[in-house]
This record gives sequence, C-alpha cells and structure tokens, in this order.
Amino acid sequence: MIQSLHHRGPDGFGFHESGPVGLAHARLSIIDLAGGQQPICNEDRTIWTVFNGEIFNYIELRAELEQRGHRFATNSDTETIVHAYEEFGLGFVDHLNGQFAIAIWDEPRKRLVLARDRVGIRPLFYCVDRSRLLFASEVKALAAGGATLALDPVGLAEAFTFWSAVDPQTTFKNVHSLPPGHLMVCENGNQTVQRYWHWTPRTDRAIAGLSFDEAAGEVRKRLVEAIRLQLRADVPVGAYLSGGLDSSGIVSLVRNYTRNRVRTFSVAFEEAEFDESESQAAMVRYLNTEHVTVRCSRQQIGERFPQLIWHTETPIVRTAPVPLMMLSGLVRSSGYKVVLTGEGADEVFAGYDIFKEAKIRRFWARQPQSKWRSSLFGRLYGYLKHSPVGNSQFASSFFGAAITDLDNPAYAHGSRWGTTRRIWNFFTPATREALAGRDVEAAMLATLPAEFASWDGLSRDQYLESKTLLSGYLLSSQGDRVAMANSIEGRVPFLDHELIEFANALPARFKLRGLEEKAVLRAALADALPADIIRRTKQPYRAPDSASFFDASRPLPYVTELLSPASLKRAGYFDPALVQRLVEKCRQGRAIGFADNQAFVGILSTMLVHEMFVEGRGRNFDIAPAAEEGVRIESVQ
Amino acid sequence: MSLRSEIKQFILGNYLFTNDESAIADDDSLLKKGIVDSTGMLELIMHVEEKYGIKVAEDEMIPLNLDSVINVTAFVERKLGK
Repeated sequence: MIQSLHHRGPDGFGFHESGPVGLAHARLSIIDLAGGQQPICNEDRTIWTVFNGEIFNYIELRAELEQRGHRFATNSDTETIVHAYEEFGLGFVDHLNGQFAIAIWDEPRKRLVLARDRVGIRPLFYCVDRSRLLFASEVKALAAGGATLALDPVGLAEAFTFWSAVDPQTTFKNVHSLPPGHLMVCENGNQTVQRYWHWTPRTDRAIAGLSFDEAAGEVRKRLVEAIRLQLRADVPVGAYLSGGLDSSGIVSLVRNYTRNRVRTFSVAFEEAEFDESESQAAMVRYLNTEHVTVRCSRQQIGERFPQLIWHTETPIVRTAPVPLMMLSGLVRSSGYKVVLTGEGADEVFAGYDIFKEAKIRRFWARQPQSKWRSSLFGRLYGYLKHSPVGNSQFASSFFGAAITDLDNPAYAHGSRWGTTRRIWNFFTPATREALAGRDVEAAMLATLPAEFASWDGLSRDQYLESKTLLSGYLLSSQGDRVAMANSIEGRVPFLDHELIEFANALPARFKLRGLEEKAVLRAALADALPADIIRRTKQPYRAPDSASFFDASRPLPYVTELLSPASLKRAGYFDPALVQRLVEKCRQGRAIGFADNQAFVGILSTMLVHEMFVEGRGRNFDIAPAAEEGVRIESVQ
Repeated sequence: MSLRSEIKQFILGNYLFTNDESAIADDDSLLKKGIVDSTGMLELIMHVEEKYGIKVAEDEMIPLNLDSVINVTAFVERKLGK
C-alpha cells in the first residue's frame, strides 16, 4: 500500500505493526529532517501515530505539553500529536493548528482514531474490505491493499453537479472520504464518525462591534500571524504568484514581516485569453522576488491529462489542474518542497462572482419589475455588453429564474449546478437506472445544518461553496493532488482556522461592499500592494479545455481509443452515439460554451478513471512526472 | 424538411446531441429549460445567420425571437419575408 504513495513521501518509509493494526508512512521530510521519521510513539510506546501534513503550532503546543509533564524524543511536529492525544483524548484536534490527515493507534484501549483537518486540505479515504478497515491518503493505496474499485453512479452524478463528489461520498463504490473537521473512532468493533469543527457564521459581539477599518486591521494582523506559522519548516518555503490580490498579498506580507527571502513561481499560458504574465511580472518587480515561470500550452494539457487523472483519482470537468501540476513540477525541479498559495481567500472573504450575482438577484427580487436592478448584471459580467443575452429581456430570462425563491438554499448555486448537470444527458439508460431517480442536489441540501435557514444570504452561499467546491475540488484535484504529484506540499494561510472564524463573525457588508468583493481583505492589504492590484477585479483562473485534446483536428491517440464507441460501450456509463456527436462538435472547434467543454472533459476523465482504477490499466498511460523547465524573470534590484 | 424541423434538428443535435424530437417541446423556453446558455445563444444566432443568410440585429436579440423552436422559426420566416 505504502509503495503506491511514494510520490507523496519520497524521503523515506516507516512501519509499525501491533496485533491487528498496521501503520505505514511515506515521508516528505520538512520539519526535523533527522528525527521526524514516522510512525512516532509516546513515552511508553503505547500510542502510535502516522500523519500527513503539518501541525503549524507545534512549538507552542509542545511547550504546553512539556509543562504538563510530557517528554519529547524528537523535534518533530508529529510527536505533539501523540502527546496531545494522551493529554486531551479525542479533544486533541481542538489544540491543533494545521493541515492534516492523522491516524492514531491507542494500544491500551485498542482504539484507532482517524482525523482530518478542519477544511479538508489533506485527503483521507477509507473502506471496509472483507472485515478489514483500510485507510490511506489516496484511493490507489486502498486498491493496493486489496480493495476492489468500481465507479459509483451516485458519485458520478455528484461530480457532474458539484464538480466533485461531496464527502463522505466518493466516485468509487464503498470508498469513503472522511469529511473535513471530522474524526473517526474505531473501538470495540464499532466505527463512529463525529464532527469537531464546522464552517459556520459565528456570533461574536466584540468582532461584530468593530468598524470596517478596525476589522481590516485585525484581518491583517491575523493573516500575518497565519503566514508566520505556516513558514515554519526546516527547508526553504516558496510561494505561488498568480498576479492577483491573494497570492500577491501573501508574498508581500512575507517580505514585509519575516526575514524569508521568498522565491516565487507562476504559470503562464501561450493563449492570451488565459495568460496573466503581465500582472505577474509587475508583481515580481514590485515585490523584488526571485521568480520563475512555467509556460503551458494546449498540447501539454492534452498530453499530461492522463497523469493528472492518475493523481485526482476522480472525474473532473475542467483542465485547469494540469497547469498547476506543471507548476508543482517546476517547484520541485527548483529544489523546493513547500509553497504558500493564495487558495481560500475567495471562500473566506467572498471573492467569487457567484456571491455577487446572488446579491444582485436578491436585490432585484425586492422589485422584480425594475430594469435598473437587472442591469446591474452588466456591471458584474462585462462580457454581457457584447453578448446576445446582454439586453434586459434576455437577462431577465437568464438570471431571473426563480429570483423570488429566496428561501431556496441553492439560490446562488442552482444555475452553476444546472449547467454542470447537463453532462447527465450523456448517461446511458443503465447509469440512469442505477441512480434510481436520486436527486443528488436535494440529498446534499438535506445534510445542511438546521440553523442554515437563519443565516444571512452571503453566509449561506459561502457555506455551500466551502462544502461543495472547496475541499472536493479546489483543495483536492486542483490543490493537494497536483502538488503531491510532484512531492510538493502546498500551504494555505487564508485557511488558517482562526482567520476563518474571525471572518465568519464579520458582517456580510465588510466582505461584499456593494459589488466590491473581498473588501475587508483589500483594505487589509492596501499598503502592502500597488493600487492597481488592490483595485483589480478578480480574474477567474481558467485553462484551455476541449481544444487541448485535438491536434490538427484529430483527437490525441488515447482520446480516440477511450472515446471510441467500443470503449464507451464496454465501460457502460455514457451513450456512445451522443458522445460521438459531442466529440465531433469539439473536433470542429464549435464547442465554445462551458457546458460542452465540461461534458467533454468530464466524460474523458471518467473513462480515464475507469481504465486506470477499475480496469487497473493505469500503467498503460504516461503518468510519470515530467521535469518542468521554467523561465526565470529577474527582478529589478 | 420544414423550416421548423430544420431549426429543431439544429437545436437537438447541437445542444442535446440527439435526433429525438420528443426531447423538447416546440414552445419550451431554451434558456429556462437549461438547453442553451449565453454562449449557446451565440451559436444559435451564428447558425441562423449562416444557414438562412439573414442578419440578426442587436435589438432583435430578444426571447420573443430566439427562446424557443416556435419563436426562432417565426423570426426566421419574418426575416425571409415568408
């Protein structure tokens, strides 16, 4: 099992066996390079742990535990886990600030504890196979341990609605993902899963009483503190630089508040439509960092897509993770193991257009006849000026659906989920039958907390965004999995749980001020960045989609093979005749909309998952990491 | 093939990848049914312009002209002076 996770930890292996339990670990050494081998145990060798990730507050936690009489044998963050568990029992997770997937074997109690970090930065999968519980950071390790993998139509239906299956569901039958902020305890033959943290709005009178400027000051202070903690490592730490507010803000604060001379990394695209090189170069000059860029072409996206799916282990509807996998390859070939990223700021401080769109729709719903209110969409989506649906009559049809249905929990998300769900049109009758009329949207909404309906609109929208897209897609397929493909650890200061808790106690108007997104974060970073970056509207990160899989109007050889009627029929998920028409539309370059491109990428990635994991033919594809070369941009001294 | 059938076959083939006429009703709203999104509307306009040699003016880009098989058919007929 552990050999299959070599890419997550190429620096060493460790094992511990005790009666019915075996723990194994593949190490990516970052803290206590000499003494941090895992598994690690307590003083009397009765509590053992393996974990993937980082405990950022390990220095403070160690001091507290030593005061309480614990003796440490190493300088690693891992060891704080066993002593914290000894001291606090299952409450140990409340004392951890970090990103982690943890397994603890408590020998005296014969108890196994699994724990996952609060927002799902590190993955943790499990399954029961012939009365054995198998758990691992990736599904391929469960397969190596003997689990038989089959795709679950419910998981596919979720992936083709929310962009990923929603924990604990995965796209594989009988394989579960421990949800973020949850513990699993296996004891006396029982298995219980319990929540220890939740992304919810918080009531805090002191925070609610802050002025906007005071709140911005607090955000700055807490973000600096999160960055300080997350720079802890015994190896150099780099940073991604997209050219936008979030990553630029992090790099600027690193430069201003720490002694680290940070090295920065970015992706550039050959197509101007996707490229942000100019903003990146401007930030490099401003921040004076040593910077290197990997340039990504359509051809590379098509070629490396199988390698990507080997790591995501799930169907996806966008190709955007490929360039990020190339970026982590560049980080690795530059001699780095750890990078800070700007991920999470859009969820915590409300950066996405979907939040603004919902705000306009709620505002419009108060006076549905108002033309001026509906014209605000033109301000939000500049492209509408040149779009056939840009006039008020079409905008009313397009954005006005169910506008007064204000109690609908999916008020903001319904339209996006509907576009993605068009992939269901390609399902075979057998796949539809297996779904048995299941409404995955209603099933997911039924799991919302009871108090959800009492929250303000933005808090509801932010909660759903974090529950559906953040951990399942952004932190996974576009985060951990593409970084770990090249043995790189990504760290996300914006997802420090104390910063999230603070932001979740702020009034909505501090985050979305009018139609200005992330307003309080912009104010917090105002003197750390150039004015044009502070004022710049968020640019969605995108990459070329279906066009990447055709060379001179011919599908790449593996695409031809996987999307052939024979292959599709054998696998049984999608109707071959419908898929042929879609492929032809893409081949002719006529697929210009999201829906067709998502369908193409979703179907192709499903077929890759099927071949690699269900049929076990992963090694037939080119999945070896490529050594990425970068272009260095010299900063102006 | 009638104009209505031609237009319906384009919508079925281009957005739903099928020939099955029962997949949509002639008066279904293409936007509200989620059959066509904003870029899909662009494809529809490009198609009728290329296929029927007409020009769709900006003030003609309204649901009354483009949001169902019936509406598109009537609009193209008007433009062709039928």
